Amino acid sequence: MSIKKGLTVLFAGASVLASSMSYSAEEVNVYSYRQPFLIEPMMKEFTAETGIKVNVLFAKKGLIERIKREGKLSKADLMLTSDFSRLTLFTEEGLSQPVDSKVLNENIPSKFHGAEQQWFALTSRARNIYSSVERVGPVPTITYQDLATPAFKGKVCMRSGKHPYNVSLLASIIAHEGEANAKTWLEGLKANLARKPQGNDRDQVKAVKEGLCDYALGNSYYLGKMINDPAQVSWAESVVINFPNQATTGTHVNVSGVALAKYSPNKANAIKLMEFLSGDVAQKMYAEINYEYPVKADVQPSELVASWGEFKADDINLSDIAAQHETAIKLLDEVKFDL
Amino acid sequence: MISKSFNFYKLLPWAVTCILLSPILAIFFSAFSLDESGSFQHLFDTVLSTYISNSFLIILCVVVLSIFFAMPCAWFVACCEFPTRKKLQWMLMLPLAMPPYIIAIVYTDLLDFAGPIQRPLRALFGWQSSNDYYFPDIRTLVGASVILALSLFPYLYLLLRSAFLTQSAGLFQAARTLGLSPLRAFWRVSIPLSRSAMAVGISLIAMETLGDFATVNYFAVHTLTTAIYDTWLELGSLTTAAKISSLMLLAIVILISLESYSRRKQQVYQRNGSGNTDLRFVLTGWKKWVVLGFTWSLLSFSLFIPIATLLYYAVHYFKESLNDDLINYTINSLWLAFLVAILALLVALIVNFYQRLSPGFGAKSSIRLSSLGYAVPGTVVAIGVLIPLTSIDLWINDLLEHWGAAPIGLILSGSLVILVLGYLVRFSAIAVGSVDSSLVQVSPSLDMASRTLGNGPVKTLWRVNIPLIKKGMLTAFILVFIESMKELPTALLLRPFNFETLATYVYQFVSDEMIEPAALPALMIIALGLIPFIVVNRLLENRA
Repeated sequence: MSIKKGLTVLFAGASVLASSMSYSAEEVNVYSYRQPFLIEPMMKEFTAETGIKVNVLFAKKGLIERIKREGKLSKADLMLTSDFSRLTLFTEEGLSQPVDSKVLNENIPSKFHGAEQQWFALTSRARNIYSSVERVGPVPTITYQDLATPAFKGKVCMRSGKHPYNVSLLASIIAHEGEANAKTWLEGLKANLARKPQGNDRDQVKAVKEGLCDYALGNSYYLGKMINDPAQVSWAESVVINFPNQATTGTHVNVSGVALAKYSPNKANAIKLMEFLSGDVAQKMYAEINYEYPVKADVQPSELVASWGEFKADDINLSDIAAQHETAIKLLDEVKFDL
Repeated sequence: MISKSFNFYKLLPWAVTCILLSPILAIFFSAFSLDESGSFQHLFDTVLSTYISNSFLIILCVVVLSIFFAMPCAWFVACCEFPTRKKLQWMLMLPLAMPPYIIAIVYTDLLDFAGPIQRPLRALFGWQSSNDYYFPDIRTLVGASVILALSLFPYLYLLLRSAFLTQSAGLFQAARTLGLSPLRAFWRVSIPLSRSAMAVGISLIAMETLGDFATVNYFAVHTLTTAIYDTWLELGSLTTAAKISSLMLLAIVILISLESYSRRKQQVYQRNGSGNTDLRFVLTGWKKWVVLGFTWSLLSFSLFIPIATLLYYAVHYFKESLNDDLINYTINSLWLAFLVAILALLVALIVNFYQRLSPGFGAKSSIRLSSLGYAVPGTVVAIGVLIPLTSIDLWINDLLEHWGAAPIGLILSGSLVILVLGYLVRFSAIAVGSVDSSLVQVSPSLDMASRTLGNGPVKTLWRVNIPLIKKGMLTAFILVFIESMKELPTALLLRPFNFETLATYVYQFVSDEMIEPAALPALMIIALGLIPFIVVNRLLENRA
């Protein structure tokens, strides 16, 4: 067999292999930093309505790096994230493309759009301070700044400072108060920790129940998730949810969101999915199943979430927070927050 | 004829080495072509020293613990006679099938404040909160070391046991005749003779520890791996990440080279494989009980307790867990692991025989370099593999476009090719190591005899060497198979759409600390890792 013949056969075989794996009828490919079981209900509903199959590839680290390497051949249509720092990183790396959709513009308030429509938030969540029912009770006036004061020594639990949720909170404090004040705050907070930062947000609530600490930092929807888990409901019942900084800047809010990949091969389907996720049905599901705050104005939070009360959210521009992301990570190293 | 084929022997191992090394080289090249962002200096000024000392400490702890676990076990099983010895002989290998991140979660759950150990303790002593008493915290460097050692010690056990078994009994007897006690004979004869096995085992364990992220991260221990992830994936500085990776690799290369340099004049060959079976010390009285207690409690902690806990969860969530997905993912994991194990074995034979045929600096380097990937964290390997393969894909598509043909997309990096390559980069070291350690025991005089009798190098390898290292090859296959079953970060980042392995499936749940629905698939990983051990053990027993 000549070399040329051999190559032809090889490529033919390879293309059969490649096509059998990728191009089925109607589909959309999603790279997701969110766990599949959190988004599966919405994706199933989308497929039921449109007949478009959704393929989800989940990882917690490195997806942006992967799509960057894949370049113009990438099969990814959408990038789903659970925080906005990754969305802005994705956009800054030039991996997204703008979407001009009337539906998206109508459904999602403009404060939840990335610059030049490069990304869109789908849900928002508050960064709450949980307090012990037994030892503290509700503290509606609490602030993030309080956690760094001497009165809270040895009473605070939280996950790794490097987790995107905490990095964003710190970045928002840098944006509000400047780097020097933020560093002082971070040092005070570290000095008040009951234990080295570890585990996830649920573990912090558990630690409050166990009496290790009185206050815990955590996202709002975890409380809903815990209340509905028979093994964890007792943790949830041991804490009160507080919305910090009500008298000052407002509670720090992070978003989960979506961006269209620059080389999206199924662009039309991808935009359809984006529109679907911002629409009534999916927004309702985000609210009811995941206990997140819908971004669509006329979709109400779930009854449980509504029972926690209305709150004033920090209305600082998300891009201002994102701008402090790198400084925040460096501050965390400087004060050796996790060590 | 000979000279022509001889070139091929050199070309092939170097081609294999280059392929396996390409991801690591790719990271360095792309790193040093970028601008320095100053984040290395930042790390150096802040946390790097802590990360380095943590990495060093954890490797030290894991290695010391593994020696403490493995060496007595290997010697008891190889050189003593006591009840259940035959069972222990192979059961002590089984903890290898346990993914450390799963053991970590199980033990954290068990030792938790609300877990089945602390709760009864509180009830018994009337303690109210965690402030009333002291209980060791598992989420520490020591905790992480214990967990890692519990699942890694079998590497050392395996190598030491076969070293003890194949050591000429005559030497040990001579030492005894010269008046040494069994313990001193062990110390002065058996240990020095098993240095090669010890070195290979320790370096495997050290590399795996250095490359681990899941376990240390779960225990909130921050090592150099943490630094790589932070700088690269959060700060976007590939340069700094590559600098840290090269520091890590440099440390490994220096350590391994020092060891083999110090051993350069030592040559130990086995004369026959029958070992000292008839000369085992029969243990009686308290000695017997100490040995039984040590070995079986080690097995309980590393195997029985985690499996029992997972079984408990799996039974409670059985209906939710048993579905078509689970079966599909099991099949995926199985054939992927099988394929990778076969390929890794091939790699090991190629580079090792190269060394056999033309020993020297070149061959030594080829062996070392092909093994480097093992010490690199999975996600770094994954991105490293992406760089060359996506480049080749883009190039192929450009070429096709140039010829006016239809583009074929990411045939390498978007398919299972990349996954297999990623696994090979990670795990070839294990196969290379175990083939190496059994091949060095085959005396070169056998090769010489064969060559004198007119056999060519290939025929000699095929007819003389391979039959003598069958056991080592089988070990290599099983070890890579098991590692591939357990492997998580590479699979997570490199898998194509709609392809899950058992490990990635488990991760979906445990990444949110939902251990119950993950229990059944986790048990599948363990069970499928155990099966080849048991089958091989049966085969070997039947033959004996």
